[in-house]
Amino acid sequence: MGAGLYFFLSKALKTVQFAGLADVSISEDIPVEGEITVPVGSHSPEDDFSTLDEPVKDTIMRDLKAVGKKFVHVMYPKKSSALLRDWDLWGPLVLCVSLALMLQGGAADSKDDGGPQFAEVFVIIWFGAVVITLNSKLLGGTISFFQSLCVLGYCVLPLTVAMLVCRLVLLAGAGTVSFIIRLIVVVAMFAWSTLASTAFLADSQPPNRKALVVYPIFLFYFVISWMILTFTPQ
Amino acid sequence: MSAPAAGGGRSGAAADWGGFEDNMQGGGSAVIDMENMDDTSGSSFEDMGEMHQRMKEEEEDEAEGEAGAAEEEDGEFLGMKGLRGQLGRQVADQMWQVGKRQASRAFSLYANIDILRPYFDVEPVQVRARLLESMIPVKMINFPQKIAGELYGPLMLVFTLVAILLHGMKTSDTIIREGTLMGTAIGTCFGYWLGVSSFMYFLAYLCNAQITMVQMLSLLGYGLFGHCITLFVTYNIHFHSLFYIFWLGVGGLSTLRMVAVLVSRTVGHTQRLILCGTLAALHMLFLLYLHFAYHKVVEGILDTLEGPNMPPFQRVARDIPVVSNAVLNTTAKAVALTL
Repeated sequence: MGAGLYFFLSKALKTVQFAGLADVSISEDIPVEGEITVPVGSHSPEDDFSTLDEPVKDTIMRDLKAVGKKFVHVMYPKKSSALLRDWDLWGPLVLCVSLALMLQGGAADSKDDGGPQFAEVFVIIWFGAVVITLNSKLLGGTISFFQSLCVLGYCVLPLTVAMLVCRLVLLAGAGTVSFIIRLIVVVAMFAWSTLASTAFLADSQPPNRKALVVYPIFLFYFVISWMILTFTPQ
Repeated sequence: MSAPAAGGGRSGAAADWGGFEDNMQGGGSAVIDMENMDDTSGSSFEDMGEMHQRMKEEEEDEAEGEAGAAEEEDGEFLGMKGLRGQLGRQVADQMWQVGKRQASRAFSLYANIDILRPYFDVEPVQVRARLLESMIPVKMINFPQKIAGELYGPLMLVFTLVAILLHGMKTSDTIIREGTLMGTAIGTCFGYWLGVSSFMYFLAYLCNAQITMVQMLSLLGYGLFGHCITLFVTYNIHFHSLFYIFWLGVGGLSTLRMVAVLVSRTVGHTQRLILCGTLAALHMLFLLYLHFAYHKVVEGILDTLEGPNMPPFQRVARDIPVVSNAVLNTTAKAVALTL
């Protein structure tokens, strides 16, 4: 009985579909041109083989160029979707590792430094990024998990630059002047990071909830900036 | 429904249906037909038989095509080729089933996030209103007060408290291992929020109070707003008297609000007393602990002992309780005086 109903319905639907096209006509004096062959899009198997066969240098250079392009996008945050479309986590990894390495020498007890500090910075950055991503997804965001991680990781770049500057300034001395310089630099870079990541992430939220998503990002970069500002080498 | 039109429509639809069923179920066509031929009252039996025959023919064509494409040498027995094609298709179908099951399991794992989604459905205006309300004790305790079961505000407040604690530990200007700092701050704040909420929920269950776990989490989380304000102010302005004023004033207000809401939802004097006494004690003592454990405690020592022979072990990790700190201070004084 179900089969009979299905047949009847399909026949009825077909007649309805074709009913509107009954009065379409093509005048005979306009020549209709075109190709009858369907373009074959089967180059992908050859492409896969060709990326396997290419020299390693090409692969690395291509990846490095992609990472470099994203760095440029972070430093000049326009509303482009390049960061979101081809996400990758190489850049965030490099930035996180370099920031953790630079933050390492700031402990007084030099008997067991290095280990916990590197791990702490690493865990803070990745755990914080995961929490912000989950929060933005729970608030109804349309961005995917790894895209968000990618953006948050890449926007640590200004803070890494600030850390570098702070270390150089601390080489010169550790007085009040150097503290003021470091404060200005870190605050500026913190604002830059927050604005850059907001420019990418807030677009994927419903418009009245942008503040709810921006606040944890603000906290996250605040904590990292705080760690950078209060870093004193021993 | 004339016969030729029906036949034409049916053959097209049968082809569609055959493909559709291939995606749905594996196995031989006989099983499929028997499942779908449950009621023959709507259409005639001959139609069913014809459809069955048509599908079987199509399937044999498909099996033939597959087997022919796979092996071209073994073309002796049509029966064998049909069987091999059938087997291959069953294996493929089983692989599809396993893959689908794994994918659906992974999806249900993702969907666990969706369990939390209704608790994050807030607007910024609502969050702001609730933050301000958390400092205003309610007056009507005779009928149950409404508690919003929302988790965004409490979660953000806990993270803010962690950030403020970090700031307080750093401005103590003491060189501490950073690893202990961050882990301690996160552990303390989250431990308090989750642990005390669970404990209060358990007590509420014992005392027959009408509150759910999410509501308890939300209530306690918003109660941390007072803590955040107090600590933010007193970590920057180091007067003990100012801290006590804030402790009683701001901390007291947020505690009063939580207590009033709980009282409105509990019946019976003893139960009310137990619940509210416990909550008030824990909340106020937590603020006291946060101030004294993560703050400049050695002010007194540094005032009296000056000069280069300052005992180095004064600068110890801040996450030791107040009692042992006092012992340490007196020992430091004694040692410094003998040097």
